[in-house]
Amino acid sequence: MEDKKTLFIDGREYRINGERNLLEVIRKAGIDIPTFCYHSELSVYGACRLCIVDIEGRGIVGSCSTPAEPGMKVHTNTPEIREMRKITLELLLANHEQNCLTCGKNSNCKLQELASRLGVDNVRFKPTHKPKPIDRSSPSIIRDPNKCVLCGDCVRMCHEVQGIGAIDFAYRGSDVMVLPAFGKDLSEVECVNCGQCARVCPTGALTVASQIENVWNELHNAEKTVVVQIAPAVRVALGEMFGMKAGEVVTGKTITALKRLGFDKVYDTSFTADLTVVEEAHEFLERKLNGENLPQFTSCCPAWVKFAEQYYPELLSNLSTCRSPQQMFGAVAKKMLPDLLDINRENLVVVSIMPCTAKKFEALRPEFNIDGYPDVDYVLSTQELGKMIKEAGLNFIDLETESFDLPLGFKTGAGVIFGASGGVSEAVLRLAVEKLSGNKIEKVDFLDVRGCEGIKETSFTINNTSVKIAVVHSLANARKIADMVKNGECDYDLIEVMACPGGCIGGAGQPCSFVDTINESRTQSLYNIDKNLQIHKSQDNPYIAELYEKVLTDHKITHELLHTEYNNRKRMSDNGLSFSEDNKNGKLHVDVCLGTGCYLKGAQDLLHEIITNIVDKNLAEQVEVRGSFCFEHCNNGPTVRVGKHLIEKCTLKLVLSEINKQLKATQTTAISS
Amino acid sequence: MEKTTQQKAMRKFTKICDIVNQYNRDKSKLIPILQKVQDEYRYLPEEVLTFVATTLNIPPATVYGVATFYAHFTLSPRGKYVIRICDGTACHVKGSNKLLETLREKLNLKDKNTTTSDMLFTLETVSCLGACGLAPVLVINDVVHGQVTREKAIKLIDEIIEKENKNAG
Ligand code: SF4
Ligand code: SF4
Ligand code: FES
Repeated sequence: MEDKKTLFIDGREYRINGERNLLEVIRKAGIDIPTFCYHSELSVYGACRLCIVDIEGRGIVGSCSTPAEPGMKVHTNTPEIREMRKITLELLLANHEQNCLTCGKNSNCKLQELASRLGVDNVRFKPTHKPKPIDRSSPSIIRDPNKCVLCGDCVRMCHEVQGIGAIDFAYRGSDVMVLPAFGKDLSEVECVNCGQCARVCPTGALTVASQIENVWNELHNAEKTVVVQIAPAVRVALGEMFGMKAGEVVTGKTITALKRLGFDKVYDTSFTADLTVVEEAHEFLERKLNGENLPQFTSCCPAWVKFAEQYYPELLSNLSTCRSPQQMFGAVAKKMLPDLLDINRENLVVVSIMPCTAKKFEALRPEFNIDGYPDVDYVLSTQELGKMIKEAGLNFIDLETESFDLPLGFKTGAGVIFGASGGVSEAVLRLAVEKLSGNKIEKVDFLDVRGCEGIKETSFTINNTSVKIAVVHSLANARKIADMVKNGECDYDLIEVMACPGGCIGGAGQPCSFVDTINESRTQSLYNIDKNLQIHKSQDNPYIAELYEKVLTDHKITHELLHTEYNNRKRMSDNGLSFSEDNKNGKLHVDVCLGTGCYLKGAQDLLHEIITNIVDKNLAEQVEVRGSFCFEHCNNGPTVRVGKHLIEKCTLKLVLSEINKQLKATQTTAISS
Repeated sequence: MEKTTQQKAMRKFTKICDIVNQYNRDKSKLIPILQKVQDEYRYLPEEVLTFVATTLNIPPATVYGVATFYAHFTLSPRGKYVIRICDGTACHVKGSNKLLETLREKLNLKDKNTTTSDMLFTLETVSCLGACGLAPVLVINDVVHGQVTREKAIKLIDEIIEKENKNAG
């Protein structure tokens, strides 16, 4: 047996148990060392210097970036350390806009908390803060650089966990800021609205954009009937905002609170999650039967959908065409509730309560809008609902419990576990396995897809059909799997992707928490709800059956309400590389994609040939050739767009004939008009 | 005219492709790549940076971060002739300030502009070029001119303008 490894913290002996660094050992010993730039999910940055400790023989070091070594004698609370921490905090405060009372993060802010904990009652440094503009362009996130402490948590989250890197440090010295590329707005760059940056931001520099006021206005408007849907993950997190323990199930209280806030009907997104399962499982079985568009990727996470649209255009046909449960709910509600509640569609307002910030973006997608009336009118995060309850003065803990309204409030356990990573797969399996075997199944738990590992797998064979499934959460993991699919390195049939670590229960709209085990608690609660419900399989939901009988009567309407399509999306707004002098209006634009995929397929040479030809044929007056980076049709590259016409697998001949055709067409219209 | 501009732009672009290829599209060579790109364009245009980011498979925000970190890189267009006036102690004592004023007036640079509207000149100051013996010092595109008087500075500019006019004509 190995010697047990120990060290001393403030004179007491503690074991070292494979912790990643000294900080974790100290925290396990029950001492909450203050930190700004340390997150167990992220790499160590070591910039804030709050985590300093004194090691005998070594002096003062940052504990987050020091490995724990046997025999170390560590002091966490000396006069020198206390003074240094205070100075650090005062320096941060001197450069921080101080309007806490009106800040979105008020009472959830780490800077506030630490200033009070460390007893900072006076800032001894001259204020150095210069006001900078606030970026409100994104429907999901507000970026206020005036509140940034440059801890870099958001930068590392977006880069390491989400594999995107939409924001990064820019400039240097006293000008350093965290910015999207070229100082653009968040809505103009490749941000997928997952909000994870805001989840880890210790201050109010990144916060969730709020629609609270809009919703109050609708609630106060006597002409409007306001209905609300609650996502599965909300019911296991809202209680945290009222001091209840992590993961406590508060479904009944939430319904009562919503009714008392003035919502006319309270429904359950888990109902349309059941509907999603039925649609998506059938879609999957059909694809499996025909061997088409496999693997099938899930499509209920809007952050993943935008990610796929930006980075994996060649895989878009692999995405399930099913709308997310939120959008299915909106479409079904706006279709059937006007009759059921005897009101006009225009007077029906659908609000969602979501753990998610990307859902705010999803609700705004133009596909989900009929004649200017969106299927889902407003999306509130769990946090925003908590704030409304507080504003209304409801004593949440003591509220009695009520039940969901019918029919859109009846769900099975399958629709509830959707909120955890692996839940969608398990729910689909509960249907698919039954269909493939032709028998009712009793055992409904598929434990392989549960749990918090970043990439999970399971496979089984029924009646000679074998099915292989992967479940991933966090987009960096999604990228790994998507690359494998692209390169033909795996043979999965179904792949579930959730952008947020842990799935939706870890969404950025959930109550703020810096507790490491929070996701496990919330997840466990969702599985407990499933266990306690009578029905566990979406296909057994009687109200779903009724919906198919009464509303979703044929393929056309089902498709119209429950399915959607995806489009390639540019990662960034830009004007491309222009190769001609003037950008005179009325010129025919020829855009050659120079994105990586097309580039490899010879786009550069093609561009060269096109330009030479245009110049030789003296067409430069009428045609403008540009290099662009992001049609993202890379699978069929090189791609060239002539006017509005996109040519895949393009050759010089194809471009020239298209240019001729379009130039001729404009000439004839010019003559005839 | 049109012909040559398009060809020039195209040639520049092919250069960029050559540069990234020359470094095997290796992300860790970002800085030398940016350096060469800047040699080509005299600044780092946004679209070219996006192109470099796409080709190296790194986020544009990272490239932007690097490009704004080093004072050597510039993201706004620079003139064909970059004039840098030394503002180190020695040059300062010898009146580099006056020199700067004279040139700003001569080049008709208003407000915070540092580049002339015809994109011919960019005027900047640097902190010590290490040629204090020659103070005040001024560098035009890497050619050092020492003991520059106001008259000499104006003459240098006029010579360039004349040369350019001749080339164009
Ligand atoms: S919302 Fe997500 S994608 Fe957007 S910047 Fe934040 S972490 Fe990155
Ligand atoms: S995993 Fe869930 S909470 Fe996170 S972005 Fe996707 S849908 Fe939203
Ligand atoms: S937590 Fe260690 S330096 Fe910030």
